[in-house]
Amino acid sequence: MKKSRHQIWQPVLITLIYTGILLIPVTLFADTATPLSTFKGMAGTIKIAGGTAHIPVMKEAAQRIMKTNPDFRITIAGGGSGVGIKQVGEGLVDIGNSGRTPTDEEIAKYGLKLFKWAVDGVGIVVNPENPVKKLNRQQVKDIFAGKITNWKALSGPDRPINVYTRDESSGTRSVFWKKALEKGDIIGSANFVVSNGAMKTAIANDPYAIGYVSVGHIDKSVSPVAFDGVIPTFETVKNGTYPIARGIYSNTKGEPGPLTRQFIDYLFTPEGQAMIAQKGFVPVR
Amino acid sequence: MERTIERLLFFAAITSAGLTLLIFIFMVILGLPLIGEGRFFSLLTTPWSPSHDLFGIYPMIIGTLSIAFLAMRFSVPLSMGCSVLVTLYADSTLSRFLSGLIRLMTGIPTVIYGFTGIFLIVPFIRQIFQNGSGMCILSASLLLAVLIAPTMILFFTDSFNRVPAAYTLAVDALGGTRAQKLFYVILPHSIRGILSGMVLALGRAMGDTLIALMIAGNAVAVPTSVLDSARTLTAHIALVIAADFDSIEFRTLFACGIVLYGFTTLLILIIRGLSTEKEEVP
Repeated sequence: MKKSRHQIWQPVLITLIYTGILLIPVTLFADTATPLSTFKGMAGTIKIAGGTAHIPVMKEAAQRIMKTNPDFRITIAGGGSGVGIKQVGEGLVDIGNSGRTPTDEEIAKYGLKLFKWAVDGVGIVVNPENPVKKLNRQQVKDIFAGKITNWKALSGPDRPINVYTRDESSGTRSVFWKKALEKGDIIGSANFVVSNGAMKTAIANDPYAIGYVSVGHIDKSVSPVAFDGVIPTFETVKNGTYPIARGIYSNTKGEPGPLTRQFIDYLFTPEGQAMIAQKGFVPVR
Repeated sequence: MERTIERLLFFAAITSAGLTLLIFIFMVILGLPLIGEGRFFSLLTTPWSPSHDLFGIYPMIIGTLSIAFLAMRFSVPLSMGCSVLVTLYADSTLSRFLSGLIRLMTGIPTVIYGFTGIFLIVPFIRQIFQNGSGMCILSASLLLAVLIAPTMILFFTDSFNRVPAAYTLAVDALGGTRAQKLFYVILPHSIRGILSGMVLALGRAMGDTLIALMIAGNAVAVPTSVLDSARTLTAHIALVIAADFDSIEFRTLFACGIVLYGFTTLLILIIRGLSTEKEEVP
């Protein structure tokens, strides 16, 4: 009686084992097929702060990851590159983003590990209504130094130029200041805004404005200005013809923890890199 | 039992008073290197330009004062008119409605004002004056005026209502008009309440960060007209706080803190002076 029952169950067991063996490689294959499924089963929170140029990419990545893995929580804050480096260094956040290379001092002081996942340009932008579409380096320097104060001098309308700039913590500002202005002055009466997003809003609302913004942020609401004849676009940044370019970094204090590692790795997967390109940044791979 | 409660209350009072004092001591200690180097007072009179090793906060002091006082200039007549309407002229339904609205206004977060300002006031000012970006002292103080008005209105109506009914009834009995009642009885009797409300509102205008940060433009040059972009001390602290802890930029923030603290203390002392005087008057 006992034996016969055993015999009845045997084929079922065998089939189960076989299908099990068959299933394992299938699931393994499925795991490697989409990078998002490697997050499966991971629970916890990672905090991200700093560079405001990074925010569209960070948001998209966080949304994708959290949609498939509700236990994996990601918080994103701005503040600027300086804030990002400082906060990650002080251990307040897991990832500190910066739109400039952290200085040697910063790297040494905090033991930072740098992950450069994209290249971005800093584009000069004006309001779409503004007929001025190209400037040379000297003109840009003179505008930001307050030597050219009227659009008329640049064959634009007879209106004063409203200069917009970023605060000292901004990586976008530091790259623009070094590579476009060659460390020249920025006039004291310039308006200060606190993020790439705020810069875009300000320029989009002010017909006589000039400012600079991450190329990844340029859309129809603002009009890019050719710098020395090169228009800041994804292509010109990618092929290196647009000179005001910089790396986009995510920094960690020492080796990242497993969750942070997972997040950063995702940015470097083909899927992550495609997402970065779709957001207007030039992926590194 | 009573002693326990007394001790608890005493402890609470000591803690809150002690904290305020500690904050001041903390700022002075951290600002000490500046004071020691003899730079503190030069900071108050020089411009800000870190790339030229200039870390003065003079433009921000001027920015704070001009935005706050211009806001008062708009808000005092507005609040006065509103208070007079509520207490004297409006019928009880309208009066109740307005008072409710004003109480509601006190609860609106400043970021809402700032946000509306960017899309309403700033383009409006830019269009009207055809000069500058619209992010300027004028725009910020118009919004601040709205922000501080409820504080003043509540103080004003409160002090109007505290005028003894015997006095106001006497005016009615004499056949005085409402305007006469206002100018000869109510206003003279509530002058201290009016002043306290104004001082408190001025303090609020000087202490507000967000409206100035979002609307005033934050330029570091000394403003020369109300259409110029300007930076307040509070906005300056918010903007520079991101700098490295060890930098001179960061250390000069304590100078900003001390100056702001000084302004507030001065205003509190004025209020204190006004209210003690009041107690002596029968």
